[in-house]
Amino acid sequence: MTKLNSKVPTGVPLKDKWTHYKDKIDLVNPANKRNIDVIVIGTGLAGGSASATLAELGYNVKAFAYQDSPRRAHSIAAQGGINAAKNYQGDGDSSYRLFYDTVKGGDYRSREANVYRLAEVSANIIDQCVAQGVPFARDYGGLLDNRSFGGVLVSRTFYAKGQTGQQLLLGAYSAMNRQIARGKIEMHNRHEMLDVVIVDGKARGIIARNLVTGEIERHSAHAVVIASGGYGNVYFLSTNAMGSNATAAWKAHKKGAYFANPCFTQIHPTCIPRSGDYQSKLTLMSESLRNDGRIWVPKKMEDVHAIREGRLKPTEIAEGDRDYYLERRYPAFGNLVPRDVASRAAKERCDAGYGVNKTGEAVYLDFQSAIERYGKEQANIHGIHNPTHAKIVELGTKIVEEKYGNLFQMYEKIVDDNPYKTPMMIYPATHYTMGGLWVDYNLMTSVEGLYAIGEANFSDHGANRLGASALMQGLADGYFVLPYTIGDYLSDDIRTGEISTQTKEFEEAEKEVRDRIDFFLNNDGAHSVDYYHKKLGKIMWDKVGMARNEKGLQEAMKEIKELREDFWKNVKVPGDGHEMNPELEKAGRVADFLELGELFARDAYERKESCGGHFREEYVTEDGEAKRDDVNFAYAAAWEYTGQPSEAVLHKEQLEFKDIELKTRSYK
Amino acid sequence: MSRFYSSSVGRKVLMALSGFFLLFFLLQHFLINFLSVFNKEAFNGASDFMGTNPFVQYALQPVLFFGIIYHLIMGMYLDAKNKGARGGKYAKNNAAANASWMSRNMIITGVMILLFICLHMVDFFFPTIKAHYIDHTHLDAYEMVVAKFANPVFVLIYVVAFAFLALHLLHGFQSAFQSVGFNNRKYTPAIKKLGTIYAIAVPVGYMFIAVFHYINSL
Amino acid sequence: MNLTLKIWRQKNSQVEGQMVEYKVTDISEHMSFLEMMDVLNEQLVNKGEEPVAFDHDCREGICGMCSMFINGEAHGPDRGVTTCQLHMRMFNDGDTIYIEPWRAKAFPVIKDLVVDRTAFERIQQAGGYISVNTSGNTQDANAIPIAKEDADLSMDAATCIGCGACVATCKNASAMLFVGAKVSQYALLPQGQVEAAERVSNMIKQMDEEGFGNCTNTGACEVECPKGISLENIARMNREFMKASI
Repeated sequence: MTKLNSKVPTGVPLKDKWTHYKDKIDLVNPANKRNIDVIVIGTGLAGGSASATLAELGYNVKAFAYQDSPRRAHSIAAQGGINAAKNYQGDGDSSYRLFYDTVKGGDYRSREANVYRLAEVSANIIDQCVAQGVPFARDYGGLLDNRSFGGVLVSRTFYAKGQTGQQLLLGAYSAMNRQIARGKIEMHNRHEMLDVVIVDGKARGIIARNLVTGEIERHSAHAVVIASGGYGNVYFLSTNAMGSNATAAWKAHKKGAYFANPCFTQIHPTCIPRSGDYQSKLTLMSESLRNDGRIWVPKKMEDVHAIREGRLKPTEIAEGDRDYYLERRYPAFGNLVPRDVASRAAKERCDAGYGVNKTGEAVYLDFQSAIERYGKEQANIHGIHNPTHAKIVELGTKIVEEKYGNLFQMYEKIVDDNPYKTPMMIYPATHYTMGGLWVDYNLMTSVEGLYAIGEANFSDHGANRLGASALMQGLADGYFVLPYTIGDYLSDDIRTGEISTQTKEFEEAEKEVRDRIDFFLNNDGAHSVDYYHKKLGKIMWDKVGMARNEKGLQEAMKEIKELREDFWKNVKVPGDGHEMNPELEKAGRVADFLELGELFARDAYERKESCGGHFREEYVTEDGEAKRDDVNFAYAAAWEYTGQPSEAVLHKEQLEFKDIELKTRSYK
Repeated sequence: MSRFYSSSVGRKVLMALSGFFLLFFLLQHFLINFLSVFNKEAFNGASDFMGTNPFVQYALQPVLFFGIIYHLIMGMYLDAKNKGARGGKYAKNNAAANASWMSRNMIITGVMILLFICLHMVDFFFPTIKAHYIDHTHLDAYEMVVAKFANPVFVLIYVVAFAFLALHLLHGFQSAFQSVGFNNRKYTPAIKKLGTIYAIAVPVGYMFIAVFHYINSL
Repeated sequence: MNLTLKIWRQKNSQVEGQMVEYKVTDISEHMSFLEMMDVLNEQLVNKGEEPVAFDHDCREGICGMCSMFINGEAHGPDRGVTTCQLHMRMFNDGDTIYIEPWRAKAFPVIKDLVVDRTAFERIQQAGGYISVNTSGNTQDANAIPIAKEDADLSMDAATCIGCGACVATCKNASAMLFVGAKVSQYALLPQGQVEAAERVSNMIKQMDEEGFGNCTNTGACEVECPKGISLENIARMNREFMKASI
């Protein structure tokens, strides 16, 4: 078993590590940067910001996106905000506190030094984005406004309405555009990376398919950066975009990059429930709703039946007949418990049969008491004595509309029900994957010259990510971390010259890609790609979802393997390869998910503890809460590919906590 | 500056500026015409002033011609260009769902107005110019107006033409403000209202004059 | 419900396309429009036919990928939504629905309902940015206060998702709402002032070169814009352009 080297600077205190590191690394002189090429896969917050910065520094960047523009990467859908330890509110925030919250929120399964660095550079992100013209929300004094998010005690979240991800991405996109116009970024839209090419043990290029013409292309570079996001679509239904996929990361894994902690997946508690089997994706409702909404299901089973049959409306159920289960179980945090806890509690009620829609998978998120509370407050402010109930509701509704209007409208458009009058229905959905390619302190994977940044890597969020931290990590990696660390590596490449694509390594990789495409197009199967993807999603959700157990995981591994074998016999892909062919694109992605899913289940099987988003039913405290095992499982599980997911070799990176004390998370 | 004239926005601004001048012209022309309803002498006096005053003749009149011709030629040129920008036709296009008929058919109403202007030139403008500059005689403008509007067909053509003008102005008035960049949450609603009043009142006023003289002639 | 679909099919940019009729049955009113398209495509794949290609990604109305001209309107008959947010409850059993790609000379069809919107990319590259390096060593974010009203207006302009509905719906295929929104976002912020004149001139020049039509202020774009971008942004762009030209 090889030992994983995290390359964290040693001999300096945690808070000085990054500064010390930056002072000591090798730099590349500007004239030499012009001779060095870097490939960046993905143009979301991480990939976009990395491309722009590397180009700014002088490297030749080749950026790839499967969409028709970098601006469409799924970072754009992030709603809530971005954390930064600016302490503008003077409420005691600091880099250390952000670091502490992130490690604790991640249930002590992340690498200290990486997280501290993240917290340290977070403040720069806000300065950078404001300079780029990102229109963050401001207060009446013209200064930046903040709000607070779950799991923390300070207000450090910067936001731009409910579209923070969009605005940050457009900021990175504008920085990219500036470099594209200068010719420093060669942008390849509608291209998908289908393999990474390794030459003499170093990542030296990729094979990509032009999604418009179907052409298979070779691209070479001195380093390759994977910034292709997470693998949440392994569940078929998730809040990810339809095209979000794990192919780039998985190909890297198959070429030698270790895949870490695949079982750490975040299931977000407030999503709009599934309405039928045709459903293609799930829509998130911002976590901020839990500030004012109360979550409940009926206490009596007959009420549940009556509601499902349409004989009873939720508003007709008396207060005493409602089970506000989060307030009941977690009196201290109530409806504001962290995401993993809220999601599991909803599942517990629905599994017990109390789900309130036809599928049995929905709970209520009720704003009635918030409306009345705000209404009374407003009545007092406006000096209305003895207001009628109708007046209170009217005043309160106005306040709720001001705070959440766009979310309520979105809900109404999708569900066709007025959430001001009847409670919203919500249910957890897959949202984010903390696991990903294993990287060291330099963000380099276990393959030399192959980097992974943003959601695609595993590093910073441990077993559970806090709200508003994904945007922070993506931009920190791309703007401020990778540009330093990659320089240290590339300083050895100043004399290498252009990498030729006319070598046997490129040839072999291209052949593999072509063979696979030919197989899909010529396989006279019986089932569509979606047929398999849906089946995989069901196995994953039922057995590797919010709660997992040994038996289910064993079954899942077996079933996924069988499904994969069937897929390779019976999948059907129409059309041809020399033109745009969305079915062909999907086939390749699902083929990879069918492998990843098995490794995912295996990782969950091996991790015999409950922590963060990973909940094993066997490992619970007496009152049913997650029970972490720091003695045996305080490590990052990095899997090495050896031919089959079932034969992957586990490497453990022991996590050391020197600046933080390991504690049990409690929200009671 | 040449970049301004040749750019899409520059042309749009110039369309608006020529439009503004035409709006002003329409209003003063109407006010003078309206005198004919009350007082023959006042109307003739004003007409003579407009027909002989050097500033009007040698400064305003050329600007007016230039304005009309620019507005017209550029309007037709841009319309052709805009049609070309579509590139392929929609099998089904529910244009009425998002824009008014007036805004979508400025070229139709505009061309109708153009035809009317030609007729108007033949009827009034050329005879006056001919009399003034070639024959060196003096035409009684009032008599000419009364004689023309005695013809019901002529009156009908005028009424229809001014209906087209109203349609053109219903979009054109506020559109000109938007084009020169005047769009303001506080004042734009007022401009839209004013535009509607202008677009209806002025053409209806012209129609009234025609109908008034026709009825008088009966 | 059961529906008749008339869909534009075009194999690639080189060949002519035509409207083709399809039937779908048992469509739930709770489906999104794209889920209805998924049903049709699954049906086609199972028959061994090529499914209808269309752009889509986030399916929550923010990525700007989806782009269908439905029954004569960009993103269909509902207001304030993208195609992926349009739901089948807007239609009735037995309806015939026309589904076409965005049509504009500057947006050539790639395949079926997929069009090439890289003209928008080039406009952005011509000046849709603030020239600041990405070192993070800029001044503190709170060094320049910005009036809340300006920041909010800038944000309203910045919500544009670049879908191209404005171009598709404009009778002149004009891109001025798109360009106006980007110009406005920066024009309203102090950071954007330094390059304001150059930005508006360059972006408009590129817009004209791409072959978009001219704006005639019909206001159709504002009505069909899924993000409600206001015509005020076009007026502001016109002002900025005049300022830059004088």
